[in-house]
Amino acid sequence: MFPILSWLVFLPLGGALVVFLLPKKEVGLMRGVALVSSLAVLILSLRLCLGFAQGKTEMQFVEVSPWIPQMNVMYFLGVDGLSVSLVFLTALLGFLACAASGCILHRQKEYFILYQLLMTGMMGTFVALDFFLFYIFWELVLIPMYFLIGIWGGPRREYAAMKFFLYTLAGSVLMLVAIITVYFSATPHSFNMLELRNVTSTLDFPLQIFLFLAFFAAFAIKVPIFPFHTWLPDAHVEAPTPISVILAGVLLKLGAYGFFRIGFPLFPAAAHYFSFALAILGLLNVLYGACVAMAQTDFKKMIAYSSVSHMGFVLLGLAAMNATGFNGALLEMFNHGIITGAMFLLVGMLYDRAHTRDLNQFGGLSGPMPVYAFYLTFCSLASLGLPGLNGFVGEFLSLAGSFASYRILTAISALGLIITAGYFLYMLQRVLFGPIATNPRQYSDLQATEILTLTPLTIIMIVVGFFPIVILQFQETAVQGLLKWLF
Amino acid sequence: MVNVAHLIPLFPFLAFWVNILLGKTLHRASAWISIIASLISMVLSISTAQGFLAGAGSYPLGTWLTFFGQPIAFGVIVDPLTVMMLLVVTVVATLIMIYSVGYMGGDPHFSRYFAYMSLFTASMLGLVLADNLLMLYIFWEGVGLCSYLLIAFWFERPAAARAGLKAFLTTRIGDTGLLLGIFLLFAATGSLSFTDLSKANGPEWMLMAAALLIFSGAVGKSAQFPLHVWLPDAMEGPTAVSALIHAATMVAAGVYLVARCFVLFAAHPVCLEVVAVMGGISALMAASIASVNNDIKKVLAYSTISQLGLMMLGLGVGGYSAGTFHLMTHAFFKALLFLCAGSIIHGVHTQDIRLMGGLFYRMKTTGITFVIGTLAIAGVPPLSGFWSKDEILAQAFGPHPVLFITALLTSFLTAFYMARLMLLVLFGKSRSELQTHESPVTMRFPLVVLSFFALFAGLLGSPWMHHAFQKFLAFQVPYPSEEAPSKFVMGLSIGVSLLGIGLAYSIYILHRRFLPEGIRAQFGWLYRLLMNKYYIDEIYEAVFVQPFLRLCRLSFRFDMAAIDGVVNGIANLVRRAGGILRRLQSGFVQNYLLIQTIGVLIVIMTLLGKLCFQF
Amino acid sequence: MIPVHFLLEVSAVLFCAGIYGVLTRRNVIGILISIELILNAANLNLVLFDRYWGSTDGLGQIFALFIVAIAAAGSVVGLVLVIAIYRNGKSIFTDKFNLLKW
Repeated sequence: MFPILSWLVFLPLGGALVVFLLPKKEVGLMRGVALVSSLAVLILSLRLCLGFAQGKTEMQFVEVSPWIPQMNVMYFLGVDGLSVSLVFLTALLGFLACAASGCILHRQKEYFILYQLLMTGMMGTFVALDFFLFYIFWELVLIPMYFLIGIWGGPRREYAAMKFFLYTLAGSVLMLVAIITVYFSATPHSFNMLELRNVTSTLDFPLQIFLFLAFFAAFAIKVPIFPFHTWLPDAHVEAPTPISVILAGVLLKLGAYGFFRIGFPLFPAAAHYFSFALAILGLLNVLYGACVAMAQTDFKKMIAYSSVSHMGFVLLGLAAMNATGFNGALLEMFNHGIITGAMFLLVGMLYDRAHTRDLNQFGGLSGPMPVYAFYLTFCSLASLGLPGLNGFVGEFLSLAGSFASYRILTAISALGLIITAGYFLYMLQRVLFGPIATNPRQYSDLQATEILTLTPLTIIMIVVGFFPIVILQFQETAVQGLLKWLF
Repeated sequence: MVNVAHLIPLFPFLAFWVNILLGKTLHRASAWISIIASLISMVLSISTAQGFLAGAGSYPLGTWLTFFGQPIAFGVIVDPLTVMMLLVVTVVATLIMIYSVGYMGGDPHFSRYFAYMSLFTASMLGLVLADNLLMLYIFWEGVGLCSYLLIAFWFERPAAARAGLKAFLTTRIGDTGLLLGIFLLFAATGSLSFTDLSKANGPEWMLMAAALLIFSGAVGKSAQFPLHVWLPDAMEGPTAVSALIHAATMVAAGVYLVARCFVLFAAHPVCLEVVAVMGGISALMAASIASVNNDIKKVLAYSTISQLGLMMLGLGVGGYSAGTFHLMTHAFFKALLFLCAGSIIHGVHTQDIRLMGGLFYRMKTTGITFVIGTLAIAGVPPLSGFWSKDEILAQAFGPHPVLFITALLTSFLTAFYMARLMLLVLFGKSRSELQTHESPVTMRFPLVVLSFFALFAGLLGSPWMHHAFQKFLAFQVPYPSEEAPSKFVMGLSIGVSLLGIGLAYSIYILHRRFLPEGIRAQFGWLYRLLMNKYYIDEIYEAVFVQPFLRLCRLSFRFDMAAIDGVVNGIANLVRRAGGILRRLQSGFVQNYLLIQTIGVLIVIMTLLGKLCFQF
Repeated sequence: MIPVHFLLEVSAVLFCAGIYGVLTRRNVIGILISIELILNAANLNLVLFDRYWGSTDGLGQIFALFIVAIAAAGSVVGLVLVIAIYRNGKSIFTDKFNLLKW
């Protein structure tokens, strides 16, 4: 059988090696190699989605072989309904962000090597089913990201990169402790993420709580959950455009995915115990993120805080502990990746022209940039949850799910919908409407390549908005399986 | 019999995409694409109506998604209410699009305008065809979006952009309530389908709360008190937009929603009461503001709020067909009035009625149709407004004396301010050096057609035609039978209408020199209160908007100072600890060597000591 | 024959002098010379104990020779570094160098 998952994971690594061997001057060739390898990953991921059998709960495309037999470490890859859409999301954003990497103007060689290393890390995290492997990939994401922000970032890049790295590492270290504990709790010792749940769910309740919290630390920082979110605006603002896309589109999903793959199935009792607390955190994320986003004058920071707010809906769906909520959370993860990816691309395009992100300095861009205005309006509407576009479906299902569990709390967090509309429309008003603020000749409209990077995302927004079943069909069975395990 | 109802919104939707994607190349032709698309929709609507009369009904389309293990099937509802709305929407939309060809003639964003208009038509048609609340909500937001886009159509104007924002946000407040209502209804009954509403049984309080939350959506969309503030500002958009969206169709969607969920409301008298009271407040409040305003479009906007309030009142007192009937007639005559206003603005390039006057003689078609519209809304028999308003009055008469008086007072004020508007704009002497010209034929044609409807649409529900409209609406619908208007109510209604018109005539034509000024001086505080719209905008600004924005800024500062402060504080703590510890690392090799040597000496000493101890 | 402890004392004096030099000299060349003293102290001990235990293969003396050779190589590397440092900083005093200190 063709080891499609290994190819997905290690193809970018191969691309990185090729780039490594190229001479420094061949920038075009390096871009070409990176683009081809990420395109190949995208095609492979499409192939994966097409070959995915939807009615099955168990892992598919499984690749398993002993790796370090002395410690019972396995090379164990596989996807199920929880991860398949995220694999596709990673591949898609990886390709588009790579296509948008034209704004990287120095040290391209290192950039493309690190970028593809990052791809390997992210892909690996989503498909690894062995804790040892998972942790390696999880940490592998960090290192390229640190350099990508720290070298190609904005003026405060060192601070942002350091903060991102240390903050996330602090969480991962706790996770490592938990992984080791889990490893030793099983006889024979095992890193198998799937089978360990039979062991961990029978552990003492206090130990479960402790382990859940240790994992929670890692995931909460990645999601990010209030109050562990402050690395996010800094990292987003300083990171170059394609890295912001990856950061918001994929990295944040790692945390939420962790809850689905590890936090909940491994520690069902703790999950039940903490579900209400999670819901409250979700509420805080939604409202607090939206309020802070409302107060922003920096375009990118606004989008960054909007991510905090949107991930709150994921948490609400997660805390709902029912099928609708889980489906909503998973869908919202996918949707948020698509929408925020597009939003960061749009911010980057504007920044390339204006060299500022200060919302108060724009105005009336509908005039000189009608195509840009169309895309920006479109993505903002998707983000604020307009029915007919994808953002709505995820938010709707998450809220509906959590409404079934927590009435009042959900009603309060629905206020987030209003505030979200508020800050997005306020942003549109400041950027697109009103009299033209400065030299309009500076604002040339989008070029063909830029339109080409945005169009796939907008098409997905429409398709998922109208036919959410396209994504939901993948996760439905897995969600059912997870719920059956939880109850 | 082929079911074509679900195709009705499709054509305008396609027209939207054609116009938005090919706008630059199409330019002028885009108007005709939109018009033809809505004409096709109109034909399909008529055929749906025929099909309905021949016995066809609702039908499902497919499952959209699964919701708590229950598939949410989307389908098309075909019943009297929908048929009526389909016809009204397609007719009015087509006419207004034809009108827009002339009205928007020179606009650089011509094709974008028609794209949005088509999108709106598609969403509105989808809204009335939706057979469950979720599907309705989807299109509900769709029309809201189009309203936003069209209000802010002239994006260079800051006021337009602000008005769009305000409209979207204010309605979104209501919409969020609607969404929660949908959740609650589903939690209570396990179904979102309109056809299941009549058999809805669940916990009493949940159904009641659901009904009230659904009503909050209607309040936002139909610009009812306390969420009415967006509609007057929405007049920043092109006038044809105001005619279509903010007079005839979208704002009526709230009334439609209440009518659609009428069984739910009817099952709980308290809910109906709330609907009626909110409608009454809105009706009276808006009518009183309209009586003093000097902006031709704002007067019409407040008039719309007031009339919608009247419809809500009608529904609230149990008049299912009365409210719906008024919705239909209002769609025609208010669209007519807005289009006339547009024609006048097109001619004189101002909206201030104090600068107009005597236009009747220079804009014949516009003038005549404006008069027809005014008389229709003022409730002069036998024009359409009379019949539908009468139904509402009749329904309120008897069991609801307060509401009846409110409605009567609203009728009086309506007649007064509309007559005032008409007299100031069309008659008397010209009060400024305005150049005017009659509008092109594409604009006049819709006026004539609409005035035809304004004249005769009401007859459908009149006793002369044995209340055909009401019977049609009640067809297959198990609603309580309604009061037919008695002679007394009719007389009263005619009386207040004529009184209002007469009063306006005497103030603004007969005693124009001193009466308006005199009254203004006499009731200075009242005048100021009304001119400032009861200060509601200011109150909202001070009570909600500014404190909220302050909260946002505060939470951002909190984020930077407190939360990020803790993070950076921990980092600094570690760094400072390192700063203390690093003194040990002086960086001089000799220091290290010294320590090393001392260490080795100590080791040797201890070893020697041990040796000595042993021997 | 000279008593063993005489030679041991000489070696100890040499060693202490070397240590003292390493610890107190600021001049890098002085430090290098002191290190040579320490090595010579060790060499002296090696040769001494080779004779003292009366070994026949002379391994201790060979070892001393090795040390002499390697110490020479080491001094060469050290002196190269000293020259490099001198070229950079125009000084060979250890307290002038704090590049690696933060």
